[in-house]
Amino acid sequence: MTEELKDIQKEENIVYKKSSLLTDNVMHYCPGCTHGVVHKLVAEVIEEMGIQGDTIGVSPVGCSVLAYNYIDIDWQEAAHGRAPALATAVSRLHPEKYVFTYQGDGDLASIGCAEIMHACNRGENIVVIFINNAIYGMTGGQMAPTTMIGQVTATTPYGRDVKLNGYNMKITELIAQLPGTCYVTRESAHTPASVRKTKKAIRKAFENAGQNKGTSFVEVVGTCSSGWKLTPEKANEWMVDNSFKEYPLGTMKDE
Amino acid sequence: MAKVRGSIVVDVEKCKGCELCAVACPKDVIQLAHEVNGKGYHYASMAKPEDCIGCASCALVCPDSCITVYRAKA
Amino acid sequence: MAEVRLMKGNEVIAEAAIRCGCDGYFGYPITPQSEVMETLMIRKPWEETGMVVLQAESEVASINMVYGGASCGKKVMTSSSSPGVSLMQEGITYLAGAEIPALVVNVVRGGPGLGTIQPAQSDYYQTCKGGGHGDYRLIVLAPASVQEMNDFVDLSFELAFKYRNPAMILSDGVIGQMMEKVTLSPYKARWTDEEIEEISGSWATTGKKANRSKNVSTSLELDSDKQEEFNLHLGRKYKAMEENEVRYEKISCDDAEYMFVAYGSSARICQKAIEICRERGIKAGLLRPITLYPFPTKQIKEMVPQLKGVLSVELSMGQMVDDVRLAVNGAIPVEHYGHVGGIIHSPEEIADALETLIIKA
Repeated sequence: MTEELKDIQKEENIVYKKSSLLTDNVMHYCPGCTHGVVHKLVAEVIEEMGIQGDTIGVSPVGCSVLAYNYIDIDWQEAAHGRAPALATAVSRLHPEKYVFTYQGDGDLASIGCAEIMHACNRGENIVVIFINNAIYGMTGGQMAPTTMIGQVTATTPYGRDVKLNGYNMKITELIAQLPGTCYVTRESAHTPASVRKTKKAIRKAFENAGQNKGTSFVEVVGTCSSGWKLTPEKANEWMVDNSFKEYPLGTMKDE
Repeated sequence: MAKVRGSIVVDVEKCKGCELCAVACPKDVIQLAHEVNGKGYHYASMAKPEDCIGCASCALVCPDSCITVYRAKA
Repeated sequence: MAEVRLMKGNEVIAEAAIRCGCDGYFGYPITPQSEVMETLMIRKPWEETGMVVLQAESEVASINMVYGGASCGKKVMTSSSSPGVSLMQEGITYLAGAEIPALVVNVVRGGPGLGTIQPAQSDYYQTCKGGGHGDYRLIVLAPASVQEMNDFVDLSFELAFKYRNPAMILSDGVIGQMMEKVTLSPYKARWTDEEIEEISGSWATTGKKANRSKNVSTSLELDSDKQEEFNLHLGRKYKAMEENEVRYEKISCDDAEYMFVAYGSSARICQKAIEICRERGIKAGLLRPITLYPFPTKQIKEMVPQLKGVLSVELSMGQMVDDVRLAVNGAIPVEHYGHVGGIIHSPEEIADALETLIIKA
């Protein structure tokens, strides 16, 4: 058996391996975190397009604040919610570069709501990768604007109550209405098929940037096992049963 | 007809034992090992290596990019 | 041949930015400095030098655009006035923490809160004593004329890049709004990509080159040992600024027995007050800090043996006076005088204040 395995495990038989743009740093994310999958897809797209030297990433505040430790490109680490402002300037000063922000739902939909809206409305030639797990992960699982009605978090211990907390925000639907956006889609990364599809969406977004088409916005509905207090597997099931109803997958705009 | 055989190599020290690879595997090849890695995680390993078809489903969903997939005609 | 024009202080900031090879301006309208962006939009420097000008959705956005653009090693700036600069404090401390050179111009108006659109000098604390969170300093230049509004734009960028630190021009509504003769600077070309690579290649996020590791513009360090070392590094940098970059002007100080300390518009009024004092037989002089950080502490201290008292004159309730008192260290009386709320003190009032608060006290 061992001999047979050695026969298969040869360099020429590799069909899938870690992107060369992912660094050797062990990601700080919890087991099963969606961030790791999407980081991988961003790295693969940049590698496959051969644009490592022409890409500048902007990381947010939140769990993915340290994204710059994992993908081997130049990065800027923004203040909470301000990534689209940084990306705006980088893109204006370097129109030939590929500029993307990587933001969570607290960063993008709450504190950075103004910056993302205006960057998208100006049609900045940037890519926005938006990870929506309906909770604040980094600070310990508090309510986010995207937290769903009834969802239990550290600051909605009895479930999100409309009277107390208002409604969950479907910011991607709002973004899709802005004329500056050329591509707005909502994806997931919980199955092999959805991972392949999300990668295609990210690829398309970067290709749009290469063609100066305006803002491409890719939401990935994800999980937060720690915040949701579920195993990674159960978190995926909960996401399918709950998140997908409020945040249905699909492309809203492709121009 | 030659049978397609696959195999995976897990970067044991990077694996956090989230088990999403095991869920994604269409052939139930993967299980968490009884042993733990340096961080104390039971890591992914091939319980039924002879059934692996090298489809890479496990690697695609792996958040920590710790699975390399091989495929060959045996 | 030098180009001499009659211009507003705010307009000159815009003109000087274009001429010094500035790459980008990101701003948001606020009185009394809106002419900076208005002038840029009329001038359309993107057609002339390639300079980018953008009206942001807020001061929060504009300072973060500055952070993003300046992180590419470009010469990037913004301007605002007090309430707007309060909003920018987050971005300013990130610039300091990531060691990104950039320029912020504050044409100060009165506060607190929405305050008044009239001139003031009440942002000294905010500018020189923090403003944002954490241990950091800004390089602060205080123009007292429209000419200095011109000169300090280029100088600010020079110092900002020398120390990899944000710089601020702390002006006020008087200097911003008044028209004066100004000799404009000759044009300097914007830096080429190659020049940026040479000047800032070790940190600028211009896209990872094959021959270097990735550049990351960040102010985050979770390792306590590294964060302490970083703060110590900043401390050494600030010490070097204190040793090398103090700028000041002394007027009628040779035989002075009493000295005004004043910057910006107050310093101009003090020059006239000196004449009035001397007509009254009082030997008064003026020390004008040009850099508010680093502050001319040593230069004030050196004057103490010949002085009987010092009057700090500011359009505030007394902010810079703290630093003057630290410099004098109790050796002689130090008092503050100044109008607030948008009223500008007259030379007579200043001369009277010297007599009342220092000489007769």
